Amino acid sequence: MIGLPLLYMLAGALFGAVALRSAFDRTNRKRLGNAAFWGLMALSLLAGDAIGDFGNGLIVLGLAGLAGFGLVGRGAPATTSEAEREVLSLRLGNRLFLPALIIPVTAMLGTLAWNYTPLGEAGWIEPKRETYVFLALGVVLALGAIFVWLRPPLLAPVEEGRRLLDAIGWAAVLPQMLAALGAVFAAAGVGDIVGSIARAAIPEGSVFLTVVVFAMGMALFTMVMGNAFAAFPVMAAAIGVPLLIEDYGGDAAVIGAVGMLAGFCGTLLTPMAANFNLVPAALLELKDQYGVIRAQAPTALLLLGANIAILWLAAFR
Amino acid sequence: MGPRPMTYLPLLGILIVVAGFALRLNPMLVVTVAGLATGMLAGMSLPEVIAAFGKAFNDNRIIAIVWIVLPVIGLLERHGLQQRAAALIRSMRGATTGRLLLLYLAYRQITAAIGLHSTAGHAQTVRPLVAPMAVAAAQAQGPLPPKDADKVKAMAAATDNVGLFFGEDVFFAIGSIVLIQQVLSTYGHDLTPLQLALWAIPSAIAAFVIHGGRLLLFDRRSSRSGAGANAPSPLPVDGVSP
Repeated sequence: MIGLPLLYMLAGALFGAVALRSAFDRTNRKRLGNAAFWGLMALSLLAGDAIGDFGNGLIVLGLAGLAGFGLVGRGAPATTSEAEREVLSLRLGNRLFLPALIIPVTAMLGTLAWNYTPLGEAGWIEPKRETYVFLALGVVLALGAIFVWLRPPLLAPVEEGRRLLDAIGWAAVLPQMLAALGAVFAAAGVGDIVGSIARAAIPEGSVFLTVVVFAMGMALFTMVMGNAFAAFPVMAAAIGVPLLIEDYGGDAAVIGAVGMLAGFCGTLLTPMAANFNLVPAALLELKDQYGVIRAQAPTALLLLGANIAILWLAAFR
Repeated sequence: MGPRPMTYLPLLGILIVVAGFALRLNPMLVVTVAGLATGMLAGMSLPEVIAAFGKAFNDNRIIAIVWIVLPVIGLLERHGLQQRAAALIRSMRGATTGRLLLLYLAYRQITAAIGLHSTAGHAQTVRPLVAPMAVAAAQAQGPLPPKDADKVKAMAAATDNVGLFFGEDVFFAIGSIVLIQQVLSTYGHDLTPLQLALWAIPSAIAAFVIHGGRLLLFDRRSSRSGAGANAPSPLPVDGVSP
């Protein structure tokens, strides 16, 4: 069956190749730091299940130390210049979009076919992972198409991948670090403490203010944890279920669905949601690492207000 | 709640995170220090915290899979994809940053709402296509200094996030809907995923109206501050509203 282990191997092979090429890039003074950093990622992806929890913990400390003490630099893989790209873009024309579309189209058609035709009953893909598997298939097909059509040097995929990975830097690993931090927070009982504080903040007897505290609590705790999934069970246990649903008789479906979406407003506002907010800033090479959050803030705040209104109007019809 | 006596000490970890991000210290260090401190304040030993951290990191490796698209994106950039995306937008009359991103917002919300949330994203679509198109559209309105180009790119990324977050919950078979259902059912409130997905629709519409409105205002502001050439006409929004 095709599933996550194969995908980890694919990603691990990429990180491993990038680490190797980094080690020999003499333009980068910190080349050994880069090699170690991407090498640790390769190790985690290729052997993470074999080295035990403590071994993985050491990988995490190594990644954090290399990134945190500025030991990771930026290589200069061979690529084309801006002027060459203008010329190529004119010569190749709009056909250049076709290989770019292979990945999303393969992922989309594959997912649809898997879920809505008898194909899915074949059972050779790990359940719920089909989009990732078709995404990887799209990558392989796109690489094949590019090689047949444009005939780049053999190492070009690794070097171009390294160019982008070095541009993103440690931000490529941060989302996974934050997910791990969330797990440690949960194990330490941070959720219970936050829930008890939120309950203490509620004025007696006001349905509207209880709705406001519930929605703002979802958004604020989501900002702290970096995702609404960690915040929802806490706020549901503290306010949503005992007060809004059971004491005030609110509609459970509205309180569950819109409460979660109030949390998503918090996701738009926090650097803790690194893969949505800090990674794109690095990927787009923005000067301000909080630029994406700044662009989202007005939408997030207005939308939080809208969600409070929806909760109040729809749950207590 | 458990038998553990309630103490506020583990909250120091949150304080470390907030202070670290506010001071713009390296987030990798901030997160590690916050994690180690929180675990130890809650009574774990250092090796236990390190192992807990390592296990969770290993359990979340699926986040790293998306980077396998980078070699393809990089190869296409090597052959002028970003320049091509910009040229395509320059060739379209009446294309503005706001209208382009409004269309992408609708596309992202609709595809996410039918379960195709992983088919687009910052690496797959925003960096190679949407951001260069949005920048080219802004340049067509007038000169665009680098600071303003960064604002346009940031808005492109923001639009991807808003579309994803407020589209995906309309799809009933997504993780967050399953989580809501499971949490509420432990308290004896049994709901179907469809009921929950239905109540994600009002917020999805609100997100389209609020963020879409900001995108159109974004055009108005840039055309006023730009050379003043070809001010955009109002956009017909019917047709694209989810």
